[in-house]
Amino acid sequence: MSEQEMSTLAGKKAALVLDQKDNVAVALSDLAEGDSCLVSEDGGKKYPVTVIEKIPFGHKFALSALATDAPVFKYGEEIGKMKVAIERGGWIHNHNMYCDRGMK
Amino acid sequence: MTDTFLGYRRENGTVGVRNLIAIIPSVFCSAKVAERVASNVPGTVHFSHPVGCSQVGDDLDVTARTLIGVGRNPNFAGVVVVGLGCERFTPHELAQGISSSGKPVEMVIIQDEGDTLKAIDKATRHARLMQQTVSLMSREEVPVSELMIGLNCGGSDTTSGLAANPALGIASDKLVAQGGSSILTELTELIGTEHILARRAINKQVADDILRVIGEMEARLKRQTQASHNAKRKHLISTGNYDGGLSSVVEKSLGGMKKSGNAQFVEVFEYGDAPTRKGLLLLNGPGHDGEVTTGQAAAGAQIVCFPTGRGTPSGFPGVPVIKITGNPRTYQRMQENIDINAGTVITGEKSLQEVGEEIYQEILAVASGKLSKAEVLGHDEQFCITRMP
Repeated sequence: MSEQEMSTLAGKKAALVLDQKDNVAVALSDLAEGDSCLVSEDGGKKYPVTVIEKIPFGHKFALSALATDAPVFKYGEEIGKMKVAIERGGWIHNHNMYCDRGMK
Repeated sequence: MTDTFLGYRRENGTVGVRNLIAIIPSVFCSAKVAERVASNVPGTVHFSHPVGCSQVGDDLDVTARTLIGVGRNPNFAGVVVVGLGCERFTPHELAQGISSSGKPVEMVIIQDEGDTLKAIDKATRHARLMQQTVSLMSREEVPVSELMIGLNCGGSDTTSGLAANPALGIASDKLVAQGGSSILTELTELIGTEHILARRAINKQVADDILRVIGEMEARLKRQTQASHNAKRKHLISTGNYDGGLSSVVEKSLGGMKKSGNAQFVEVFEYGDAPTRKGLLLLNGPGHDGEVTTGQAAAGAQIVCFPTGRGTPSGFPGVPVIKITGNPRTYQRMQENIDINAGTVITGEKSLQEVGEEIYQEILAVASGKLSKAEVLGHDEQFCITRMP
């Protein structure tokens, strides 16, 4: 799956979607605010997404606008929920995402 | 045809990938004597630890079983036990637990000898004689079904789940398919994957065990994270994990479990014990790198495979640790520490399958005597016995 995508995306402003259920992409390079990034989905579909803030290598951004408490999916599984609403192309990390597992 | 490696066949039929003498203190009070003995005789390693006395029940029992298990590890041709004399975990129990494997064991007790220098002298003479005896042993060709590897991540980042762990999973599956064993542990970092792992259990009992032990570990964590005085101390993943793009324990877990490949789990076993079956195994223990690899070594693992996205240099005394990074930047910075560059998957130079095969071949080479980078650099800081709450 994603490894074939990686080989065509290496070194470019690119990001991976690991599962069809996911609503985030993983940046394969450092992205700056306003960068247009080629998103590659599991299965081969590709499309550009403009990131609206700085996204470091390996970090995630939203593929669609997400409301407060909306689940965040990566690897096809829920990895947490949004603390606040976020726009498409926004950075998702522990500042705006929470996960109750092991906590509540 | 089955793959093979060159190993040392032991008295009880197990196979070592190293031929070292272990110097093991039964209690922290004899740790310095053990360390000095090891420094006197090349080809020995020591297992200094902070426990062995003033413990009770499960906690003392895990210490006892783990120390015995480490001594029984087939990488050690012989063992010198160093006791103080008044400790709760007696050096006699330690020596007996190890020698029932058939390997030679000597015991020196400081209070019987009289003082530090006399104990060092006597234990050094035992180690010298034992070392010369085991130096006559030679490697023989054995099937990979004799190999048991431990799996452990440390300093994970996003690339661990994308490259290093799935590549290691391919190597693990290949070993297991040929009758070898592979141990997944780190239950504190499997939270959120229990439903996926349970589906891979060989039967209902193993599935129930997987759900139970991960559930118990999560409950143990919650007791700490929910305490109001722990507001500053409730993070379930580390600063470097966050910096590397991981945002929650579940995200880390989903990447972490990939190092166990796709094989079926055949057994869940307890910390300090050895498994009763061969194949993919789950060891019930927390996610501390040292506690994990110590539990795996005590279970009989001869090699540990260790993906690290951020990059960590640590190693284990007498058990080779193979470092794998999925982060190309980390490999560039830490080539002296990292054995396998799975960052080639991220840069598009290699496929996961190719890197998986590279890891598998490195396991066979290290099993046959090639030193891992952590061994060459003398890293041995992972020996650390878990404590029971």
